[in-house]
Amino acid sequence: MTHSTLEALPAGRIARVTGLAPAEPGLVTRLLELGFDEGAGVELLHQAPLGDPIAVRVDGSVVALRRALARLILVADAQ
Amino acid sequence: MNVETPVAARIRQAPLVAVIGHPNAGKTSLFNALSGARQKVGNYPGVTVERKSAELPLPSGARIELLDLPGCYSLVPRSLDEQVTRDTLLGLQPGESRPDALLIVTDATNLAAHLRFALDALRLGIPAVMALNRMDMAARDGIAIDSAALAARLGIPVIETVAVRKRGLADLLAALESRLKLPAAEPLPFTPADTRALGREARTVARAVTLSEGSVRLASRRLDAVLLHPVAGPVILAAILFLMFQAVFSWAEAPMGWIESAIAWAQGLVGTALPDSVFRSFLNDGILAGVGAVVVFLPQILILFAFILILEGSGYMVRAAFLMDRLMASVGLNGAAFIPLLSSFACAIPGIMAARTIPDEKDRLTTILIAPLMTCSARLPVYAVIIAAFIPAQSVWGPVGLQGLVLFILYFAGIVGAMLAALVLKRTVTKGPPPTFLMEMPSYQLPAWRDILFGLWIRAGAFLKRAGTIIMGVTIALWALASFPAPPENAERPAIEYTIAGRIGHVIEPLVRPIGFNHEIAMTLLPAMAAREVAVASLATIYALDADEEDTSSLVERLQGGWPLATALAFLAWFVFAPQCLSTLAVVRRETGGWKWPLFMFAYLTALAYIAAGLTFHIASALL
Repeated sequence: MTHSTLEALPAGRIARVTGLAPAEPGLVTRLLELGFDEGAGVELLHQAPLGDPIAVRVDGSVVALRRALARLILVADAQ
Repeated sequence: MNVETPVAARIRQAPLVAVIGHPNAGKTSLFNALSGARQKVGNYPGVTVERKSAELPLPSGARIELLDLPGCYSLVPRSLDEQVTRDTLLGLQPGESRPDALLIVTDATNLAAHLRFALDALRLGIPAVMALNRMDMAARDGIAIDSAALAARLGIPVIETVAVRKRGLADLLAALESRLKLPAAEPLPFTPADTRALGREARTVARAVTLSEGSVRLASRRLDAVLLHPVAGPVILAAILFLMFQAVFSWAEAPMGWIESAIAWAQGLVGTALPDSVFRSFLNDGILAGVGAVVVFLPQILILFAFILILEGSGYMVRAAFLMDRLMASVGLNGAAFIPLLSSFACAIPGIMAARTIPDEKDRLTTILIAPLMTCSARLPVYAVIIAAFIPAQSVWGPVGLQGLVLFILYFAGIVGAMLAALVLKRTVTKGPPPTFLMEMPSYQLPAWRDILFGLWIRAGAFLKRAGTIIMGVTIALWALASFPAPPENAERPAIEYTIAGRIGHVIEPLVRPIGFNHEIAMTLLPAMAAREVAVASLATIYALDADEEDTSSLVERLQGGWPLATALAFLAWFVFAPQCLSTLAVVRRETGGWKWPLFMFAYLTALAYIAAGLTFHIASALL
């Protein structure tokens, strides 16, 4: 994996956020406020029953979000 | 501590200090620790956001007014709560002066995220002090922060605190005092910050002052491995909910009995002290019955709120929303709606009030509109009497009894009805952007007893005040409707038949005949608007029995002889859906800011109830 989205990140692998896909400005601001900014370390922690939503570590926070939103978050392998 | 009414334009002597911070910083815990029992709770004029403040002394003896503002991610508001915070900080909040100083609360275990909002707030130029909270949890995780370096970088005092243990509070107040002594700086004009730049700055500062990173939230991750497990997680959630409902219904039984006996005792006193008159009837059936109808729910409300506060304070509530989101998504809602709907099983009023935490306006409205379909505890006495009268106490399968099964079906019908209603509403009247679910999961922590008790006090006060005044008023109004005009001297029929309520009942009767309702039920529908359980008492009155709410056995016998089974089942179906509670409608008016949505709710729920009762009656008549 070099470039992908948070939605496709396998459990236990740490990645870095490289950017956000184009989306409604309010939503982008919310994602940024929750820490999904370029350079943030992300890791898939948990999946709800039936696989959606997911809980993700973003630097020092944990954020729960639906897979559809996770698809907007672009990630690349850490290092 | 007392609960008081809106803050109009106030003349303030003490300087105003606003407590602000990221939503999970432990802000309310710190506010509770600082202010103790001096808290005052009011409402901001025009909105339903609570205003919590306390007057307290600084080390020198000078007094300040401490104001607990809703938690925020930034100064660009997304909900009513966040709007109040932003407007207060900018001096735009009606009836509130601009704070003289800020107490910014940050979580030491997640500094970078919390600094973003702190930096945003500091741009306003208001003198500030930072509480670096949760230092104990940071130490446990191996995180070390140089608070002196942080203070130097931010240019404000930074005090290490542990709010739940009341640690660092004296230093905090001393720092506030020193800031308030400085000459007031001219506040800077506000322009929304660039979120990316702010985040970068926050991370740079956090990195520079962090001496050791520690292991991130190890304890929480271990707990989540079990509590959010795809199989174990839902099972544990179901067990917690089961315990909660058991508690609400069985633990509350005894105190509810005491309250009912106390009211009956007071009514007895009035009955012997005064001659039979309109005034005695007003005291007993208007005032005392009204007080009783409100206070009797207090035990259940307190137990329910205690559970909700513990679940919220421990950090589990967001996990419950996470586990339930997929299910809620199937009807167009999101996991955040789960908590208000859950509360509605005790009473729709706190449930509708809890819907404020839903960020999306359309989702919030949908949740409010379906909340009354969750079977509230007021319906239980009605169900109990009808089930006792018509459903034989026989076993269906092992320990599963038929009566319990019918009760379960009634609850289940409400839930299914709510889900279907949400599905239809989200495609029609409350159509909005596709719902999302995006929530921060705070670390687990043991909630402080102080925070639970203050939370209970505030919410119970709000219930007594909001529901209390309405239920009291309505009970008195309905007492008047059901008492006047008085029956003639040689009346043959029960007194209620001659009153205004009785006449309205006669008008309603032809309308409800097609769904199997008899004369007595038609007479009950109006008085039951006060509170659903009043239906039991008013049926007893109509059957010219002694209206004894304690002993319903005579009523049960009377109903068995009087009603066909199909009618009884239709009556139950009606109560599953009918919006028979004026207090709920009044709270919806408050929360939605007008009569449009409560009227809509009344219309759609009445239509549902009519259809459900009609279907039940005709199907049951055909089958039985």
